[in-house]
Amino acid sequence: MNVIVCVKQIPDPAVPGALDGSTNTLKRDGKLILDDSDAYGVEMALQLVDKAGGGEVSLVSMAPNSETSGLRTALAMGAAKGVLVSDPALQGSDALTTAKILAAAVQRLGGADLIIAATESSDGYTGTVPEQMAEVLGLPSVTFAKKVSVENGALKVDRQTESGYDEVTCPLPALISVTAGVVEPRYPSFKGIMAAKSKPVEEVKASDLGVTPVGWEGAGQKIASVTQAEARQAGEVIEDDGETFGKIVEFLENLKVI
Amino acid sequence: MALNNIWVFAQIANGTPTSSTLELLSKARSLTSNVVAFLGADGGNAAAALGEFGATKVYATGDLGGALPGVAVAGAMKAVIDAGETPDLVMFPQNYEGRDVMARLSVKLDKTVITNNVDIAESGDGVTVTTPIFGGNTLVNTAFTGAAPFLAAFRPKSFAAESAGGPAAAVTSVSVPDAGAAKVTAVHVEETSGPKLDEADIVVSGGRGLGEASNYSLIEELSKLLKAAPGASRAIVDAGWVPYSFQVGQTGKVVKPNVYIAVGISGATQHMVGMKGSKNIIAINKDKEAPIFGVADLGIVGDAMKVVPKLIEALKGR
Repeated sequence: MNVIVCVKQIPDPAVPGALDGSTNTLKRDGKLILDDSDAYGVEMALQLVDKAGGGEVSLVSMAPNSETSGLRTALAMGAAKGVLVSDPALQGSDALTTAKILAAAVQRLGGADLIIAATESSDGYTGTVPEQMAEVLGLPSVTFAKKVSVENGALKVDRQTESGYDEVTCPLPALISVTAGVVEPRYPSFKGIMAAKSKPVEEVKASDLGVTPVGWEGAGQKIASVTQAEARQAGEVIEDDGETFGKIVEFLENLKVI
Repeated sequence: MALNNIWVFAQIANGTPTSSTLELLSKARSLTSNVVAFLGADGGNAAAALGEFGATKVYATGDLGGALPGVAVAGAMKAVIDAGETPDLVMFPQNYEGRDVMARLSVKLDKTVITNNVDIAESGDGVTVTTPIFGGNTLVNTAFTGAAPFLAAFRPKSFAAESAGGPAAAVTSVSVPDAGAAKVTAVHVEETSGPKLDEADIVVSGGRGLGEASNYSLIEELSKLLKAAPGASRAIVDAGWVPYSFQVGQTGKVVKPNVYIAVGISGATQHMVGMKGSKNIIAINKDKEAPIFGVADLGIVGDAMKVVPKLIEALKGR
């Protein structure tokens, strides 16, 4: 079984985000890391391939400045190879263009039995790219998968819903988006990290994939303005001395909710 | 530009339109007098409520019979558009089904999607939507370019659901050209007792600061005493302490209760987005630098496991 995982390389979420003053897009020029949400997909893929008893896990990613550090993390976990789409022309691309690019990268790898993505990225969180990719590729899809197995050549998925979960079956090939917590991602071993350095990552441009138009030109949207929201004022902050529960009781009494 | 025809992707739960549906219909009717509620379900029973909140027409696919709405409803929408009716705007709720349908439709129409919005306005010759980023501290106003239809998803509680007293909307059946290959074979509802998380007057949420999964029982006990709904941060949902349906935040429920009590929650952006609109916020956290204190009306710097048991005792004694 061959699986392709879509991975996003994002600015470290521990560092406060910022907008580029000239374009009003998220600054992504610093060091990028593997989006935590994608580690679950990589782990899921490795486990499914392992269970199937053959095949490999490949990666597709779109990132500026030929960035591969996040890809290397996923390769160190056990993925075999990757395609990186890195092209200044892609700056300003909307979710639809991103989906077309990633779908073309999947096709460049010859497709797969299963394509896995996170439900949404941790930096842009548009949350539509996986389902858009499925439509571009003409594949069935199950989003928000919280439990995944392959039985008799078909997917069995527990899909998150508003009120619980649905059991869903889906023939392969297919695309799924997986929630955080679907599996416990492994830490790359030292051996894995060393091996990842020599694993192949092919870098391509949008034109190599035949996707046009891209970037600002292809986006059906433009940022009109950016404003600061009215900030909520912080109230009283007190250190607990063993009696502060009384402050909470008093606060609730004043609101007449108790 | 003038928005002459707006479609709302409408959803039904337990026989009635969801609150998100009523919110979007309320906003839509303030923008135009032609509002279509597009249902991936049977329309008959909901037509009265949909009409009351502003729908002038209902397009209904009928029961989807286990098909996922992404493929089925987007295909039905595309078929109506191909038959000659083009909406200027299609509004989606920011939830599982909303995102799937809008994603599929965006590819079918080759149109961009703008998600996570909290507002929409006609501005001169264009349409602009507003998206909060960085935990809601910054608002980005994005204009659609190119030709309609524009596709936008809105977070829950972005608009007030207000009855317009309208008559029941006429229901038109629409066909589903492709039900898709994925099939729902069983539906599981995670039962919760007490008030619903997104409707409760008081919400008590727990996070990592509780230390371990078994300590979540304190949140449940406190909730019961306050007639509150228990909630959770993403961290403890991912860790498997409580089901996903408890999650408050960007990827969970958006809540705006009268009182929100955050216990052992630091206040990651992901969480703040889901609760910052609460009227009154109480936070208990060990770390006095925790961002949650920046939005709390009352902040207690201390160990939740020491403060909460005393609070429970005090409330029990009343």
